[in-house]
Amino acid sequence: MAYRYFATPKRKFIVADTPGHIQYTRNMVTGASTANLAIILIDARKGMLEQTHRHSFIASLLRIPHAIVCVNKMDLVDYSEDVYNKIVADFKAFASKLEINDIQFIPISALKGDNVVNKSEHMDWYQGSTMMYHLETVHISSDYNHIDCRFPIQSVIRPHTIDNQDFRGFAGRIDGGVFKPGDRVKTLPSGFVSTIKTIELNGEQIAEAFAPMSVTMTLQDEIDTSRGDMIVRENNVPEIGQDLEVLVTWMSSSPLQARTKVVIKHTTNECMAMVKELKYKVDINTLHRLQDIDTLGMNDIGRISLRTSKPLFYDVYKKNRQTGSLIIIDEQTNETIGAGMII
Amino acid sequence: MSNYVINHLRELESEAIFVIREIAAQFENPVLLFSGGKDSILLTHLAKKAFYPAKIPFPLIHVDTGHNFPETIAFRDALVEKLGVQLIVGSVQEAIDTGRVREETGADASRNALQIVSLLDTLEAHKVDAAMGGARRDEEKARAKERFFSHRDEFGQWDPKNQRPELWNLFNGRKNYGEHFRVFPISNWTELDVWEYIKLENIDLPMLYFSHKRDCVVRDRVILANSEYIKLKPGEKVVNMTIRYRTCGDMPITGAVESEADNLTKIIEEIASTRATERGGRADDKRAETAMEDRKKQGYF
Ligand SMILES: Nc1nc2c(ncn2[C@@H]2O[C@H](COP(=O)(O)OP(=O)(O)O)[C@@H](O)[C@H]2O)c(=O)[nH]1
Ligand SMILES: [Mg+2]
Repeated sequence: MAYRYFATPKRKFIVADTPGHIQYTRNMVTGASTANLAIILIDARKGMLEQTHRHSFIASLLRIPHAIVCVNKMDLVDYSEDVYNKIVADFKAFASKLEINDIQFIPISALKGDNVVNKSEHMDWYQGSTMMYHLETVHISSDYNHIDCRFPIQSVIRPHTIDNQDFRGFAGRIDGGVFKPGDRVKTLPSGFVSTIKTIELNGEQIAEAFAPMSVTMTLQDEIDTSRGDMIVRENNVPEIGQDLEVLVTWMSSSPLQARTKVVIKHTTNECMAMVKELKYKVDINTLHRLQDIDTLGMNDIGRISLRTSKPLFYDVYKKNRQTGSLIIIDEQTNETIGAGMII
Repeated sequence: MSNYVINHLRELESEAIFVIREIAAQFENPVLLFSGGKDSILLTHLAKKAFYPAKIPFPLIHVDTGHNFPETIAFRDALVEKLGVQLIVGSVQEAIDTGRVREETGADASRNALQIVSLLDTLEAHKVDAAMGGARRDEEKARAKERFFSHRDEFGQWDPKNQRPELWNLFNGRKNYGEHFRVFPISNWTELDVWEYIKLENIDLPMLYFSHKRDCVVRDRVILANSEYIKLKPGEKVVNMTIRYRTCGDMPITGAVESEADNLTKIIEEIASTRATERGGRADDKRAETAMEDRKKQGYF
């Protein structure tokens, strides 16, 4: 997977270019995990392929908030409206089984430039916007959860200098909600309640902090808190528990079996976990569930149950892509072997 | 009510600070590789912000080739003094003097390959388990696939086929004995982002980056500063030119560009209107198409 960068006067773009073949499922999942928008390319001559199903399923599974379905190579089908309409209808029928909230369809020729940056002169029948116009204007401010306050602590800043004898700042990146000085907050797992004294960065005060800002927070009371703890609102706490149901993409060449012991990374927390059960595997071409499985192989996507060695503070992935995700690490090799979404 | 968006420079800043804080938390002996160039100056600035009001909790390592611009060294020393951070210097000259490495000869001699040895020696001597650098993915093709956390085996080598997938903001820095990581907090920044942020934050840079007059030698269309480290070839002559640098490596190999841009606004305008990548002017990258990939595998930044 290669990253590419470009900018227009309106926006800056980072493109994660992922190959489409099934053996690259894990690359697609990786690229999708941080994306605001997916561009799914369909060859107008070929229509919906197995690989289109896969791309759409991954976009939906990873909850990429927006998708553009580009029907490409329109130059090779005489810019035919019928061909385009048929593909759009096929896609919609398939996508009704998925959860992609915002889908835009655009007929393009990437080679000739039709509807990429400039409106095509060959497709008067298409009234919608060009791909670039859509990319520049798609509304992404609600891609993060701004309701449920979640602040996982990365580290505690204690300068121990004369000027800052009592300074005790919690460093981290906001994963959800809006925090303000004066807010009543609770720290997990201790359950202590306090009030936010300051939110700052480099000594500059911040009036409102929200995802994905990195900040340093101080509290009114001296509370013993460290990396892996989480600051939340008093009346809006995440799930707290050791038994997780997870949709996992398997990324290792050695298959996953039940009763395997693994390491989990979730927010700024790390712990051991036991894979209790493999529940089913999804056929990502048909979306059918295969029950009674013994293993999950490389690039398989399936549902598992995990028991963690200590309680985690989490939300379901649907509610928050940060507090709802985890990675699975091989205890022996230290390789990242799985990507999990909590359901 | 605000609409809860931050602009892309603040988002890049926030991502880099998150990564820098992860390095400090996940590793025992992290360091910041300070090359003296604008990217590592930016990285140092971000590290300061990440831990303020505490001081940067890890040392800076500078591999001094002995061919650095004097401006770079003066700038480095002033910065370290101001931030109250520890500086470790790895010396290529010392490695040559003690016979650890042998100097290249000839007009195009470069100390770049020797730098790798000194760097790895210094990292080993200080038991460094994470070395963060200011490399960016947009610099060139070999870096487009690079991870934030780049795993190196016990020989300091990079295996492009054996890198860990990075999902969400979960970075896996677990390692076996003897292995270490290179970490690139500003992976997602472009050259333009770097300059715009430097302007936004008013970050001090060495004067080399701004237009000035200098005695130069033009070799293979690369503009090199005339210095005691450069041997003139037959037919070459010294010309006084108005130039600036887009990157600051070693004096004998870092190419300058002719430019009148003497402030940040003009530099940003100049970059926005050019397409040549900044490393295009570095003589050592021109030696081989895959120079960067080769050097990375051996443990270069
Ligand atoms: N005629 C035509 N050819 C195209 C168009 N878009 C891409 N191609 C060609 O399709 C081939 C495959 O393109 P590539 O970007 O490598 O596809 P990938 O395998 O999906 O990454 C190349 O030869 C392109 O020139 C298009 O809109 N029209
Ligand atoms: Mg491709």
